[in-house]
Amino acid sequence: MKPPAFDYSRPETLEEAVGLLAELSSGGKVLAGGQSLLPILSMRLAAPEHLVDINRIAELDTISAGPDGVRLGALARHAAVERDPAVRSTQPLIPAALRQVAHPTIRNRGTTLGSIVHADPSGEMPAVLALLGGSVTAVSARGRRTISAAEFFLGPLESALGPDEIAVEAYFPALAVRSGTAFAEVSRRHGDYAVCGVAALVSVDQERRITSARAGYLSIASTPLVLDLTEAVLGRRCADDLSAAGRLARQLVEPDADIHASADYRRDLAGVLSDRVITEAARAAAGSGPGD
Amino acid sequence: MQVGSSYLGEPIARVEDPRLLTGGGRYLDDLGQDAVELAVLRSPHAHARILDIDVSGAIDVPGLLAIYTYDDLSGPLAEPLPLLIPHPSISAGRTQYVLAKDEVNYVGEAIAVVVAENRYLAEDAAERIEVSYELLPPVVGLVAAREAQQLVHRDVEGNVAAHFVQQVGDAAAAIAAAPHRLSLELSVERSASTPLEGRGVLARWDTDSQRLRVWTSTQTATGVRAAIAARLGLDLGSVEVITPDVGGGFGVKIVHPWPEEVLVPMAARALGRAVKFTEDRREHFISSAHERAQLHEVEVGFDDEGHLLGLSVRFWHDNGAYLPYGLIVPIITSTQLLGPYKPAAYRVEFESLYTNTVIVTPYRGAGRPQGVFAMERTMDAIAAELGIDRAEVRARNFIQPEEMPYDHGLIFQDGRPLVYDSGDFPATLDKLKALVGWDEWPAYQAQARASGRKVGLGLACYVEGTGVGPYEGGHVQIETTGKVKVSTGLTSQGQGHQTAFAQIVADELGVAISDIEVVTGDTRRFPYAVGTFASRAAVMSGSAIALAARAARAKILRVAADALEAAAEDLEIVDGMVRVKGAPGNEIALGTVAVLSNPLRYAFDEASKAATQFAVGDPDLPPVAEDDEPGLEGKDYYSPLRSTFANGMHAVIVETDPDTAEVAILRYCVVHDCGTLINPRIVEGQIHGGVAQGVAGALYERMAYDESGQLQNASFMDFLMPYVSEVPERIEIDHLETRSPLNPLGIKGAGEAGVIPGAAVFASAISDAEGFQITAMPISPSELFELRRQHAANAAQKGTQP
Repeated sequence: MKPPAFDYSRPETLEEAVGLLAELSSGGKVLAGGQSLLPILSMRLAAPEHLVDINRIAELDTISAGPDGVRLGALARHAAVERDPAVRSTQPLIPAALRQVAHPTIRNRGTTLGSIVHADPSGEMPAVLALLGGSVTAVSARGRRTISAAEFFLGPLESALGPDEIAVEAYFPALAVRSGTAFAEVSRRHGDYAVCGVAALVSVDQERRITSARAGYLSIASTPLVLDLTEAVLGRRCADDLSAAGRLARQLVEPDADIHASADYRRDLAGVLSDRVITEAARAAAGSGPGD
Repeated sequence: MQVGSSYLGEPIARVEDPRLLTGGGRYLDDLGQDAVELAVLRSPHAHARILDIDVSGAIDVPGLLAIYTYDDLSGPLAEPLPLLIPHPSISAGRTQYVLAKDEVNYVGEAIAVVVAENRYLAEDAAERIEVSYELLPPVVGLVAAREAQQLVHRDVEGNVAAHFVQQVGDAAAAIAAAPHRLSLELSVERSASTPLEGRGVLARWDTDSQRLRVWTSTQTATGVRAAIAARLGLDLGSVEVITPDVGGGFGVKIVHPWPEEVLVPMAARALGRAVKFTEDRREHFISSAHERAQLHEVEVGFDDEGHLLGLSVRFWHDNGAYLPYGLIVPIITSTQLLGPYKPAAYRVEFESLYTNTVIVTPYRGAGRPQGVFAMERTMDAIAAELGIDRAEVRARNFIQPEEMPYDHGLIFQDGRPLVYDSGDFPATLDKLKALVGWDEWPAYQAQARASGRKVGLGLACYVEGTGVGPYEGGHVQIETTGKVKVSTGLTSQGQGHQTAFAQIVADELGVAISDIEVVTGDTRRFPYAVGTFASRAAVMSGSAIALAARAARAKILRVAADALEAAAEDLEIVDGMVRVKGAPGNEIALGTVAVLSNPLRYAFDEASKAATQFAVGDPDLPPVAEDDEPGLEGKDYYSPLRSTFANGMHAVIVETDPDTAEVAILRYCVVHDCGTLINPRIVEGQIHGGVAQGVAGALYERMAYDESGQLQNASFMDFLMPYVSEVPERIEIDHLETRSPLNPLGIKGAGEAGVIPGAAVFASAISDAEGFQITAMPISPSELFELRRQHAANAAQKGTQP
C-alpha cells in the first residue's frame, strides 16, 4: 500500500495551478484535503503522473454566506464549514449533513468541495448540493464556468470537471422563507458511508400547508438522486400523517444490493428515512413562521 | 506473603501506559530505519496453477536488490511449512510453501518476494512481475466444501482434512428415548483477529559472527527462533529472536513461522543487509488468518424439567486452504461447547474442511464463541419449548460446586482429560441475575412493548479452559542496587505483563513495583518458552515467576540470615529491607544481600568494593560454596498437569429499531470468575476488549468472500470492526474468585473471556426482542429486516391456513 512515484507541485496562485494542469493535459490531479485521493494512490487504484497541491492558494480558503446562499472555496474544510454560524443560519442543511461526513479527524482535513468533486454517490455533500440545486464553479486556462449540480454528477466517482479544471467554489442556495430542511442516514458504524441517507427540503404556505417536498438520496443510485415527493404530501401539515412520502419514495428508488445491505432493505430505509426527514423538515418550515 | 505489602489483587495502573500513551512504544516498523524492505507478490486468484513467473519486467526498477520465487529456494526452505500441532484424526494435513510451488490456493498466497531499497520501489517491482495462471475452480464456503464438487487439493477427497468423534454415553439412544427432542441448525461466519499492528519482521545478519538477530511481531519468540534455525540450517544458538512492542495479537501471531518470518532472514543473510517486512492492512486481511466459520447441527433430548438427557452435535469447520495449526479450533468447539452443563450423554462429531480462502487459526476465543453459540441457543430453545425461564433451564443443568473437579470424560485441546478444576456456576448465575435485574425483566419488557419498543434480554454462559501447558519459566535476579530484573520467555502484545508479573514479584520479594523490571519475549534473556495464547500468560508465566521469586527469596534469606546472624525463618522482607522480625534496626538492604552473594575479583564502585573476595566470606572456605552459585537469583518452571477452567456469564439488553432494524445496546453485564485476580483493572480491561470483539462478531464483522474467492471487504472501510461508538459505553462487571487448585497463586486465564459468549448473548437478546429465534451470526440490520419479513410472511401464511 505505497503509491507509485508521482511528480508533485505546490503552486502559490490559482493562475499558476491552472497553468500547470493545462500543461499536464490529463496527467495532473488536484490535491486538496487528500482524504479520498491519498488512499486511492496508496492502494494503487489510480496512478496520476503529477499531483498539483492547491493547499497554498490562499484565495481558495474561503467560506462566505449571504442572502443568496453559501459559497465555499476549494480549501474550506468540513470542520470549519460545519462550525460556521453564518453557514448554519443561511443553510442549516449544510452543517446537519456535514456532521455525518466520516469522522472528526477526517473532517478537520477533508474539504467539502473535494468531497463533491469526488462524486461518490454515497457522499453526503453531493446529495445536499443536488437537492438544493447548487452549483460548482470551475476554473481552467480556458476560462471559468459554473456547472449546475444536475449536470455535475455523471456517475460513480465521475463528475463533469475536466482534467485541466480546478473546482474553486461550491454554491448552495440559501434556505427560503417558510422552508425547512432535515438530514438523516443509517450507516453500519458511526461515520461510515451510509447504507442509505436522505436530505429533505420542504416549503409550506402561510397556512403551514406543504407546497413542496423534495428529497435527496445517497447510497441509493449511481449519482445523487433527487425526488420530488410533493404530490404525496401536498397541502398537508407537519402534524399530519406524512407517510405517503415514504411510500412514494419506496416506489421510485431502485437501489442495488451490496455486502452491507439487500436492495429491499435499502428501499425500505429510503422510505423510513424519507418519512422522518420530510416530517422534520415540514416542522422546521412551519416553525420558521409566516412572518419570517 | 509479606504482612501489609500485598500488591496481588490491587487495581494498580499499568506501568506500561505512560510510555505507550505518549508515543514511546517501539513497534516493529519503528525499528530498522536503515533496513531495506521486502514486498510480497500475492496471488490474485483463489485457485490456480502457476504456469510461469516472468520477472524480467521488474529487473530495471531502480533500487531493486533481489527477487525470490519458489525456484530460488532449496533445502528445508523448499519444503512445506510445518503442521505445528499434529493430531491422529488429521487424514490429510496440507500446509503451504513459503512461496507458492506450482499452485495457489487462496487470494493472497505468497508467490514471490521482492527486496528493494524501500517499500515503494519493492511494490513497483512486484507489480511488474508477470505470472501466468491456469485458473482452477475455487471452493468457497462450507456448503461448497461439503458438496465437494470441486476439490481444493486434488488428492484430498471430499475436501476433508480431518474427521473426529468423541462421545460419552449413548447420546443417540438417550435422545430417542427422551420425552422432548429438538433439532437446531446454527451457523457462525468468518471473522479475524485484526490487531491494530499487522505482522512484521526485521532481520540482521552479522557477517563477522555468522549470527542472525530477528525482531518479529509475534506471540512466540522461541517458536519463531526454532523455526528460523531449522529452515535456514542454523544452530539454534546462532539465532536470536526479540519481540519489540507488539500492537495486539489476538491469536493470529501465534502461527509461525509465517512465510515472511523465514524469507526476511533468508534475504538478510543472502544480501548482508538488514531487511524488513511490514505487512499492510490489505495484506493482513488476505494473507494472515481468519476464524469462526462453522455450521452446527444440534440434536438434543430433554425431560419435562429441561434436564439434558442426550446431546449430539455435528459440525463442519472451514479451515481455509491449509492446516498449519491443526485442529485446535474445532477441538475446542467440540469440548468447550458443554460450558457449565452436564448432559447425561454427549456425542460430538466434526469435519474440518478445506476451502480456497485464507487459513483458519485461533482468534481470541478460539472455537468457543461458536460452541457457546450452539449450546446457548439450544438452552434458549429448550426454555422456549417447555415455557421455562431461560436462566432456570440453565441452572438445572449446571455442574455443582461439590462435583468439582468434574471429569467430562473427553479429551481437551491439550491432549489431556477435560477436567474442570473448580468453579461455582450457581453463584455466578445468581450474581448475574442480580446485576442485570433478571427477575424484573418481564415487567420492564412488557412496559416497553406497550409503548411500541422492541427490547430484549440475552443470557449466555461459558467455561474456558485456560493456561494450557506444556510449561513456562521465570527468572528473577536481584541486582546490587536492590533493583529486581524479571524475565520470562513468552511474549506480550499489550496485556500489561510488566505490571501483573511485577505485582507477583513485589509480593514474593517484598519490594516496590517501581524497583522491578520485567522483560518478555527475548530469547537472549529466556530461551525456553512456549508463547502467549490460550489465556495462558498469567497462569503459566505468572506461576513460574512466583516460583522463581520464591527460589530467589530462599537465597536472599539464606544469605541475609548469615549476615544478620539470625535464623532464616525469623526474617521478613519489607520495602526492600531484610529484617529480623520484632528486632527493629537489625536489617540489611536487598542490594547489600546481592553484594554479599557474589564474591568479586574486581571492584568498580562502592558496592563491588564491599563484595571483593577480600571483604566477604570465611577465608577458610571457598568464596562460592559447593552446590551454591554466585549472585542472587532464582529460576523455575511451571508445568501443570492440565488446563485450569475459568468461567463467566454475560447478559445484554438490546433495543431493535422497529423501522430500520438497527440494534442498540442498552446494557451489558458480565460476571467473571478467573480465580485469583492479580490486577482487577487489567482483568477488566481484558473483559472490555473482549466484549468489544464479542460485539464485533455478533453485529458487525464478517469476511465477505464472493463466489470466486475474492475477499470483498479487505479494508477497515468495509470490514466493520466496531469503533468506540459501537461498543457499550459502560460494561457492568462483577467478579467471583474461585481459586484454581492447579497453580501456586490460584490463577485462571482471563484473556479471552470477554469475547466468548458474544454471538450467543446477542442472539439470545435479539430473539427475545423480536419473538423469533436467531440461528446465524453475525446479524446485520439488513438481515434482521429480511428475517422480520420472512417471519411475518410465515405468520400470515399460518393465519390463512384452516
